Amino acid sequence: MTKKQKKMLARILIAGALLIAAHFVPLEGLWRLPLYLIPYFIIGWDVLWKAIRNIAHGQVFDENFLMSLATVGALVLGEYAEAVGVMLFYQVGELFQSYAVGKSRQSIAQLMDIRPDTANVERDGEIEEVDPEEVEIGETIVIRPGEKVPLDGVVLEGSSAIDTAALTGESAPRDVAVGGELLSGCVNLTGLLKVRVTKEFGQSTVAKILDLVENASSKKAKAENFITKFARYYTPAVVFGALALAIIPSLVDGRWQMWVGRALTFLVISCPCALVISIPLSFFGGIGGASRKGILVKGGNYLELLADAGIVVFDKTGTLTKGTFAVSEVHPVGVSEGELLELAALAEQHSSHPIAQSLRAAWGKECDPERVADVTEVAGQGVKALVDGREVLAGNAKLMASLPGWTNGAAAAAVGTVVHVAAEGKYIGYVTVADQIKETTPKALADLKAAGVRKTVMLTGDSEAVGRAVGAKLGIDEVHAGLLPGDKVDQVEKLLASKGPREQLVFVGDGINDAPVLSRADVGVAMGALGSDAAIEAADVVLMDDDLSKLAAAVSIARKCLRIVRENIVFALAVKGLFLVLGAIGRSTMWMAVFADVGVAVIAILNAMRALNVK
Amino acid sequence: MKKTYKLIDLDCANCARKMQDAILKLDGVEDCTVNFLTQKLTITAADVEALMPAVVKCVKKVEPDCEIVM
Repeated sequence: MTKKQKKMLARILIAGALLIAAHFVPLEGLWRLPLYLIPYFIIGWDVLWKAIRNIAHGQVFDENFLMSLATVGALVLGEYAEAVGVMLFYQVGELFQSYAVGKSRQSIAQLMDIRPDTANVERDGEIEEVDPEEVEIGETIVIRPGEKVPLDGVVLEGSSAIDTAALTGESAPRDVAVGGELLSGCVNLTGLLKVRVTKEFGQSTVAKILDLVENASSKKAKAENFITKFARYYTPAVVFGALALAIIPSLVDGRWQMWVGRALTFLVISCPCALVISIPLSFFGGIGGASRKGILVKGGNYLELLADAGIVVFDKTGTLTKGTFAVSEVHPVGVSEGELLELAALAEQHSSHPIAQSLRAAWGKECDPERVADVTEVAGQGVKALVDGREVLAGNAKLMASLPGWTNGAAAAAVGTVVHVAAEGKYIGYVTVADQIKETTPKALADLKAAGVRKTVMLTGDSEAVGRAVGAKLGIDEVHAGLLPGDKVDQVEKLLASKGPREQLVFVGDGINDAPVLSRADVGVAMGALGSDAAIEAADVVLMDDDLSKLAAAVSIARKCLRIVRENIVFALAVKGLFLVLGAIGRSTMWMAVFADVGVAVIAILNAMRALNVK
Repeated sequence: MKKTYKLIDLDCANCARKMQDAILKLDGVEDCTVNFLTQKLTITAADVEALMPAVVKCVKKVEPDCEIVM
């Protein structure tokens, strides 16, 4: 508790004790007034003072004024205990509210506590501890085990395990060694590192992320805008309602005291605080919780859109697949798989083509240059080489055409790039090299469907055959292959036109050269963005690593957050509405009305905090 | 130019909304957010410094105890 809150607590306790004591003093009529005025002023002087001051400033409909009016009215009507009690309740509620909000703010701030406080910079052979902002590009910093990485840089000396959880939500540590890139915001776990700084603090990963998350609340969700508008009209409406309630029925039946008393109850419920605090807090909590999982959401509005995700469009390469080639199938004819791979790898050993690299990786042994001679590249077909003195051909179907009686056979249906191999004029089989589907992709797609996504679409620049095969394997609803970057925008336009009225279209790409599509979609998601400024810039939602399951997590976080927001709106409006009605027909006391006001606010805040809890 | 200031003792969310409305009505203010949760005031204007006295007035008018850290 802050000092201010402690002081308030003391005032509440004293006023409460005096109120109870006053109850037992045997005085009658007006004599009781001074007795109750003491606790009234102890608990309410600041409210009264603020009310007077604010009227002088032309701020009429503020809660201090309304509370003052309600309680002074009660005093005039002779309901002394009620006046003190209402003020007391109000202050208890305010105290609790400020405590709850303070706590929530703190826990969200802690979540985003990735800002490094100091950097140990090496200057003239000495190590100085300075503010990270003072370190310049090219300087050397020292990071001890257990310290946060203060600035982006390249490792000069040492090796260590790095905890990137604050940035990616990934709990398994990553290893770095000399020459490795290091991002600020991570934590150095095991070894001492010397690092050459490559970016100023203002441009560093940690500063960018903090800036993004802090500014996220400026992009308001529809629900937030609704509340702002609502708050503008709610208070005046209730106040005029109270005025009408005090005057109109009284003119009819002349029971002024009763109707004014009921009208005062109205005033107590007239602050829209529960909504005004809890709705932004829910979004803030959702954004904070997501950022802990390595999902950066750039505004409450995107959280809102994400919750209604109906169509998810994926780029293939780098998103659904790893974007790197690897041997997917080996079909030997008359030799062993190992032999086939060995010959293919050796024949291709001098090539730097990705396909040759993946063949060598699949064989897994060191290529001995002594075993290979006379390598000739046949443009557009493959290579010819002498391996251990045997003539080996490795390449596409055209290269095999010289073999007597050779047919493409089973390989024609293969997905990916096919490398046929022949030795001494005899066909010995083929190897398929293809882009690999990420291990996490199938589960991520299933999770998305479970989270309510109606349709998944894949767009790719790759060939029809590859696109269809990947789409079929993953169970994607719609596949569009052979697209140029411009075609992707057209496809997204078509999908946008076909979506349902409350559905949103989400596009997921790796952020490289799909900026136009990212911005055209309702929500553009860039993944694997750690260290890629362009992607962070272009997208609305950024997944810090390339794990697609984060997308499903983002959707469910968004859903949960929006559910909480709706709960709070409905709950607060229902309770307030109920008490307005009860107050008007004389069924609600002022005490109950105070609960309706501050109690609802506190419950809504506590509910909003659930948005922060992300599994 | 965009500038961010820290607010101390910004106690009520509804007040933050009122401050924001008042500041947005000032001449020369392009954009303004008063964020109750981060307790921060962000202003975009051609010359923020020159506007600050008027901004302080808006803040004080709504919540006299609230301070802007300059």
